[in-house]
Amino acid sequence: MTASIPTGLAAPHNRFKLPTSIRRLIRNPLAMVGLFIVLTFIFVGLFAEQISPHDYDLSNLSMARKGPSATHLLGNDEIGRDMLSRLFHGARISLTLSIISVGIGLVTGVLMGVAAGYFGGVVDLIIMGIIDIMLAFPSILLAIVFVAFLGSSLQNAMIAIGVLSIPVYTRLVRSSTLSIKEELFVEAARALGASHLTIVLRHILPNVFAPIIVQSTLQMAVAIQAAAALGFLGLGAPPDVPEWGNMLQKGRNFIFSAPHIVLYPGLATMLVVFGFSLLGDGLRDALDPRLNR
Amino acid sequence: MTKFILRRLLLAIPTLLGVSFLVFASIRLVPGGPAVALAGELATPQMIEQLNRELGLDQPLLIQYVNYLGRMLRFDLGRSIRSGLPVVEEIQTRLPRTLLLAVVSLAVSSVLGITIGVTAATRPNSLFDGGSMIFALLGVSMPIFWSGLMLMIFFAVLLPQWLTSIGFPTGPILPPTGSGTWQHLVMPVTALAANSMAIQARMTRATMLEVLRQDYIRTARAKGQKERIVIYVHALRNAMLPIVTIIGLQFGTLLGGAVLTETVFSWPGIGRLLVDTISFRDYPVIQGTVLTISIGFVLTNLAVDVLYAYLDPRIKYS
Repeated sequence: MTASIPTGLAAPHNRFKLPTSIRRLIRNPLAMVGLFIVLTFIFVGLFAEQISPHDYDLSNLSMARKGPSATHLLGNDEIGRDMLSRLFHGARISLTLSIISVGIGLVTGVLMGVAAGYFGGVVDLIIMGIIDIMLAFPSILLAIVFVAFLGSSLQNAMIAIGVLSIPVYTRLVRSSTLSIKEELFVEAARALGASHLTIVLRHILPNVFAPIIVQSTLQMAVAIQAAAALGFLGLGAPPDVPEWGNMLQKGRNFIFSAPHIVLYPGLATMLVVFGFSLLGDGLRDALDPRLNR
Repeated sequence: MTKFILRRLLLAIPTLLGVSFLVFASIRLVPGGPAVALAGELATPQMIEQLNRELGLDQPLLIQYVNYLGRMLRFDLGRSIRSGLPVVEEIQTRLPRTLLLAVVSLAVSSVLGITIGVTAATRPNSLFDGGSMIFALLGVSMPIFWSGLMLMIFFAVLLPQWLTSIGFPTGPILPPTGSGTWQHLVMPVTALAANSMAIQARMTRATMLEVLRQDYIRTARAKGQKERIVIYVHALRNAMLPIVTIIGLQFGTLLGGAVLTETVFSWPGIGRLLVDTISFRDYPVIQGTVLTISIGFVLTNLAVDVLYAYLDPRIKYS
């Protein structure tokens, strides 16, 4: 016996179409610029040790606050350490910090969003109540409070930044789950006796994959900026760690005599955030052409 | 309308209670608990026990929270560990300065952001459109505190150097830090406004592009209406809803962003107070400032909701 499959069962909407999406992404020059910046950032982060021209921690007081030269392309910091090498190692810290914090936000936010959207009722009410409270704080303030009370460290900064991205994922996944769970293919899976876990893992999550990818790219930008802000306030990495926000905080005291110390870490932060934003926008346009303006 | 406002106010109560609970609970996150936090790490067990009794920390958590709410309603947020002054008094002195910074920044960024957004939308894919949107994205990408530092370098070092070199010897063009005169406002406002202007410009462009595709715009043009009226009366008025929302939300963000800008420019606002007290572990002040900023944020969102309903007659009030 053969039966025709309703279109709703065969082709869930919004499914991630790799080749077409990639083609659309490649045709977007701004997204390509973003991708290039992001890949460069990742490369520098991964190979900071190998490509650094000097030891990032070696101070030389006779070179303190010296501007760019042939041996030190971006000059030296307040105690004579090579700025370029410190920037490269800073990229590694920013990369690690942003990946871990976005990961924390993603996993927690997706779990909360799926639970709220799929189960609804009291579960939804409680989860969205928590999210509303989290959203009642300007995001950077939430991170500051968290670190202020837990103590400042790189680890706590990662947790704080991760926590502040939870609401974004929860809301995103909840709204997608709410619409997808009403689709015919979910109803069919339920009728066939699929468990909640199977429905969520096999039918709901694959359909929210595209918006999660887009959001995560944009969240990387938010995380890098937030990490630099915490570092600048002295609430992130320990003082000697070459984190970009930290470097800005230290250089602030020499802003008029050695402006290069604050110029480059800020420029690096801006460039990487810019890259992730361009790539995120490009991915959004490529994965969901309905949003294309 | 009154009913709608009352309903929204009632809906904000659980959020405000949640915020107050989070702030109340935050001090309990401190390793060793609130008494150790207040008495310092070198406190003896007797001192901690006494402090626990004095602060009512030996009572059940729920009673402590109710007492905390009661004190909060009487505007009693405790005393600063550092200065010994009531926290409310410290906040009262600082808050107007932060509000001044946020309001001026919002006004500047709204005027510029909307103008740039509208101009870009009316010339889609033009050089201005592409350039302004890349510029806007760069503006969003720039860390607020860094743009503040760059402004300081420009106005206090580079510009005076250049003016001196062409025969106009001068000192710093604008005071790099402090408050008191309008000149002190220029740099922090520029740093804050640059970021929110970029967001508003992007939002205005996107919304205007959508509105300009609508049938009633074509009708207005077909009737021979002047382009200026089509853009500013027919289109912008209808595009204002999401823009107003973004502007409202930006106000809250500016309150949070003020923490960084005030630190850079030594602006004596509530954000600077928060950062200063963190290093002193002055927990009552930290709690008080966070609570104030968050309540301001919730109330701003509430005002945006009400304004939204007022601007769009299709939104039902009940």
